Amino acid sequence: MAIAEPIADVWVQARDRVRNIGGTLGGPALWLVFAAITLCALIYRTDQFVVGIVIGSILALGAVGLTLIYGVLKFAHFAHGDSMMLAAYIAFFFLSGRVVGTRTDAHLPWSLDDLPGATTPILDFSFGYGLLLAIPLAAVVTAGLFLILERLVYRPLRERGSGLAIFAVASLGIAISLRSLMLMFWGSSPRFYVPGIRPTTDLPFGVRIVTDQLFIFGAAIVLAAVVYILLFRTRLGKAMRAMADNPDLARVAGIDTDAVIRWTWVIGGILVAIAGSLLALQAQLKPELGFILLLPLFAATILGGIGSPQGAFFGAMIVGIAQEVAVSLGFLSPGYKFSVAFVILILILLLRPRGLFGAKA
Amino acid sequence: MRLAAEDIVSGYGEMEILHGVSVRIEPGEIVSVIGPNGAGKSTLMKAVFGLLHIKAGRVLLDGSDITGLPPQEVVRRGLSYVPQSDNIFPSLTIRENLEMGAYIRREGIEAKANEVLSLFPDLVDRQGERAGKLSGGQRQMLALARALMLDPQVLLLDEPMASLSPKMAEQIFAKILDINASGVSILLVEQNTRDALRLCHRGYVLATGRNALEGRGQDLLEDEEVGKLYLGA
Repeated sequence: MAIAEPIADVWVQARDRVRNIGGTLGGPALWLVFAAITLCALIYRTDQFVVGIVIGSILALGAVGLTLIYGVLKFAHFAHGDSMMLAAYIAFFFLSGRVVGTRTDAHLPWSLDDLPGATTPILDFSFGYGLLLAIPLAAVVTAGLFLILERLVYRPLRERGSGLAIFAVASLGIAISLRSLMLMFWGSSPRFYVPGIRPTTDLPFGVRIVTDQLFIFGAAIVLAAVVYILLFRTRLGKAMRAMADNPDLARVAGIDTDAVIRWTWVIGGILVAIAGSLLALQAQLKPELGFILLLPLFAATILGGIGSPQGAFFGAMIVGIAQEVAVSLGFLSPGYKFSVAFVILILILLLRPRGLFGAKA
Repeated sequence: MRLAAEDIVSGYGEMEILHGVSVRIEPGEIVSVIGPNGAGKSTLMKAVFGLLHIKAGRVLLDGSDITGLPPQEVVRRGLSYVPQSDNIFPSLTIRENLEMGAYIRREGIEAKANEVLSLFPDLVDRQGERAGKLSGGQRQMLALARALMLDPQVLLLDEPMASLSPKMAEQIFAKILDINASGVSILLVEQNTRDALRLCHRGYVLATGRNALEGRGQDLLEDEEVGKLYLGA
């Protein structure tokens, strides 16, 4: 090992140096760096910036759920992306009543689209009130699915005292199962909530966006506010934060930790369903889209400081904007968009592993 | 008899720490449990509180059997427990820490919090601050306050004066006496044997998971064997 040691030394020194940079810069300085980059993006790449905010909104809803589950249950929920997509398909199913058939799609005799005027566009959006009914229904189903998985998989593992890796692999297995379900019921070709060309809206400064994107952004802001109020103003939310802080003491204080965990799944499920449906509205329904989304979701969560909902929200916005703007700079093909999330993830892990909002270890 | 643990056998998983320990606490008493490291003092508390599986023996609170009940149920029956370390929620505010102490209580939390805080003047002006900013002694105060939120009949304190400055330890010592004077029975585990025996009405000495000695605090202080083993006399 005589040769390997000097190399190891150099590597350790280099790593320490990078950590020192992160330590010296600290949270506020990193914030400034991100704020400066964001400002440049806003000025020089306004169109992509706006799209980035929309993508960031979708990521934010996913990432907030992910970070809540991590905080309360202390494991990385790898089925988050696939749950998002499955929820989007469930909304699609309620909306159109379609599943894949032997030759063509099979139709349920009745679906939300059959309601009178359910497909008539609201305002300038592409969708009618049918979708607005389908999403809450999908949220109920997703929350229920999470509760079943908690009862059948996660709680038994917890009672057995399983380690972090076991939980992560279990959720990975669930992710793969969910994706198979999507392929089984809806096939691999892309689907859309609303077919055809979608109306656009002109914003100030010559920005034109698809009108649906305004809805996506608005929904994300409203939900983020709801989650904030829940966490900081309600008894349940405070108990969730207490459990994230110190699960043992939460039990000692008399908090019914199993009940708090169940509520966390319900809230996570609702967020997942809305995030997934909005993603499908923005892009399309495609089974593998959920898994691809996992990387930016985790990048956003870790960037903000894992376990911090505010952090996840801002982290998601930064990742969303960075992805869109990086593609517009020309050196990156859109197919490699998600690599930007990877780069951010690596940088933040090197410079400041606890993230922008994370508490000291 | 307020609280009684009878012939408790318990431990962590396969590892048995307590091989049949008994303690009892009369109403209004302060009872301390002393003994060397590894004697099973903290384990006894966790077992009584329902955090560890009890293999044999039983725990009685006011005559009713609470053996094996989960903590949220034990808390409801009037037992509160302050762990030795990590006994606050650092990212919650001081006020929220108290609210969590009263989680199972639906009403009167506001009034109770104010009442408890009046015991701890240091904390009153800092209610909106994150508990993680508090000093070691103030954290211990907050942990005590949290445990008082449900009007417990018995308070289990695991080394409340550990790693505090002598001055701070003296303050905590005085608070424990105040709390006791308000009618709360206290079971206390302490490394600081002299303080513990000075504070308590009665004491138990544990050794390797078994009862070794039992007696009035003053008697144990003067006991030759206790003096030699734990007081460095």
